[in-house]
Amino acid sequence: MDVQAGKQPKMLATARREFAPWKDKAASPLIRFERVSKRYGGVTAVDGVSLDIYPGEFFALLGPSGCGKTTLMRMLAGFEEPSEGRVWLAGRDLAGVPPYRRPVNMMFQSYALFPHMTVFDNVAFGLKQDGAPKGEIASTVAEMLKLVNLTGYERRKPDQLSGGQRQRVALARSLAKRPKVLLLDEPLAALDKKLRGQTQFELMDLQAKVGTTFLIVTHDQEEAMTVADRIAVMDHGRIAQVDTPADLYEKPATRYVAEFVGDVNLIEAKVVSRDANSVLMQSEAMSAPLRAICEGDVSPGQQVALALRPEKIRVTLRKPGEALENCVRGTVSDIAYLGDLSIYHVRLESGLILKAARPNITRFTEQPITWEDKVYLSWAPEAGVVLVK
Amino acid sequence: MRKGLGPFTITALVAGFAFLYLPILLLIVYSFNDSRLVTVWGGFSTRWYGSLWQNQALLDAAWVTLRVAFVSATLATILGTMAAVALTRLGRFRSRTLFAGMLYAPLVMPEVITGLSLLLLFVAIDLNRGYWTVMLAHTSFTMCFVAVVVQSRLIGFDRSLEEAAQDLGATPLRTFFSVTLPLIAPAVAAGWMLAFTLSLDDLVIASFTTGPGATTLPMRIYSQVRLGVTPEINAVCTLFIGFVTLIVMASSLAMKRQMIVAEQPVRG
Repeated sequence: MDVQAGKQPKMLATARREFAPWKDKAASPLIRFERVSKRYGGVTAVDGVSLDIYPGEFFALLGPSGCGKTTLMRMLAGFEEPSEGRVWLAGRDLAGVPPYRRPVNMMFQSYALFPHMTVFDNVAFGLKQDGAPKGEIASTVAEMLKLVNLTGYERRKPDQLSGGQRQRVALARSLAKRPKVLLLDEPLAALDKKLRGQTQFELMDLQAKVGTTFLIVTHDQEEAMTVADRIAVMDHGRIAQVDTPADLYEKPATRYVAEFVGDVNLIEAKVVSRDANSVLMQSEAMSAPLRAICEGDVSPGQQVALALRPEKIRVTLRKPGEALENCVRGTVSDIAYLGDLSIYHVRLESGLILKAARPNITRFTEQPITWEDKVYLSWAPEAGVVLVK
Repeated sequence: MRKGLGPFTITALVAGFAFLYLPILLLIVYSFNDSRLVTVWGGFSTRWYGSLWQNQALLDAAWVTLRVAFVSATLATILGTMAAVALTRLGRFRSRTLFAGMLYAPLVMPEVITGLSLLLLFVAIDLNRGYWTVMLAHTSFTMCFVAVVVQSRLIGFDRSLEEAAQDLGATPLRTFFSVTLPLIAPAVAAGWMLAFTLSLDDLVIASFTTGPGATTLPMRIYSQVRLGVTPEINAVCTLFIGFVTLIVMASSLAMKRQMIVAEQPVRG
């Protein structure tokens, strides 16, 4: 698979850039969750979820463990039946259709390779269930193993493979039947960090190559943002927001999303006034008034939160210009040097700690900012997002 | 931990093993006794083994016992495996606890009671007592042992393997035969051998449920012993011990293989 990463045709990359069927009113979704709920006794695992996923999408369900993302996926695979609502696949209601009759295949978190079968038999298992002719099975298996770069491993048993190889066999097995949707349940959780990063790109390339709709479940926001076209962030069985990775990061809809995706400073504030495209806020924790671009529906006196990403805050030793808004003073209380960037924890006079990130562009700075330095934090009005929810 | 064996440990070990195995050792030694009197050593001989083959009653009993054990072990394995699957796979169905309790009760039930109740049942439904009644009785009391052995394997079984098979298009029945059964096969084999040995050994339940023409080997031995222990009986018992030992060893080997399979890491 890593060989193909370099040879990726440019055409696919261009197609990827223009790919946004969710904006197209005429496009019909491949998967539709319609007010789906799932209850186990008194516990609600999935709570009235409605979601459309389009053909060819790489879609991620993101959330902490227990948020209902796996249950939602398992309802599509057929291992769970919704307590309420409907699941549609290609215009067909899936209610009552058993897992072995659904045109979706799943790659399990544990890989679930059959330990008593060879790699060949594992990949061929699904094809055999359909009663495909022997020759066709052999050629499809060969093709799948070539796709995941495991040609020559046909006779091995799963216990004779490394973790990464098992992951590829599982992938080949779930793709062999050419499913309408490939479900991936935390597919990379068992791999070490380096291999995981590499495999994420391989997964994207593979998806572009086979054109199948991929639905991935993950708790790792970095992973979801790397591979997916769109992400649904889930919280307690509900969908908090569905958006592209960039929109999710730059335009979080709720405090929960802002905090879950990436790092953020949430500043509680009260709206003072608003003009055509911005609002002026006052926070007890901040010495200066805050201004942020906001097109949403807020009115003076309303309690809101300003979400400010650390990398959008400038840290300077001297006061930047004569700015009266969006500029506060504080003391550096902690520095985390991460190599590519440094994270500064700055304590304001009110005691609130703001996180600010600074890329380490030069190798050495003449006047480095260090512990106990008095610094100014400033940001542009378009840097912050006003959150009502 | 390994400090070597102290004198106390060695004494305890020898005494314990002597207590367990001295009688059996004595029996084996006397089976090679040339003398007709059981308790007087008359030199080494294998003549009692030879004369066994002339004792038609013993041979008939051995043949009945083997047939009963084979058929009842096979039936008990099928039923016990099904029960174990039902208990572990159907989740918390209604009256599951009751079903589990009823399945395990025969494990601790005194054999006399099991035998008597089966006898009453066979009389009540007017079943002619003989080979088939012994066989049915043995099936019913050994299947719970099979269920316990198979269930222990199923509990440690990765459910996602079965889900993967279904996800790839296998019906539940095909999933069972192509994925579940091959993986629990060692436990099923061990369960069969356990049931076989239990049926082979049984005297009490067989005595209650048998009829004319279907005397099992333990019953035959018991009835002969009442007339006096002969070296011939010693020889039969020695062969019997050898046979059971072989099966127990094979069964524990099967279980060991199962442990190895179970210990294999699922994740990489």
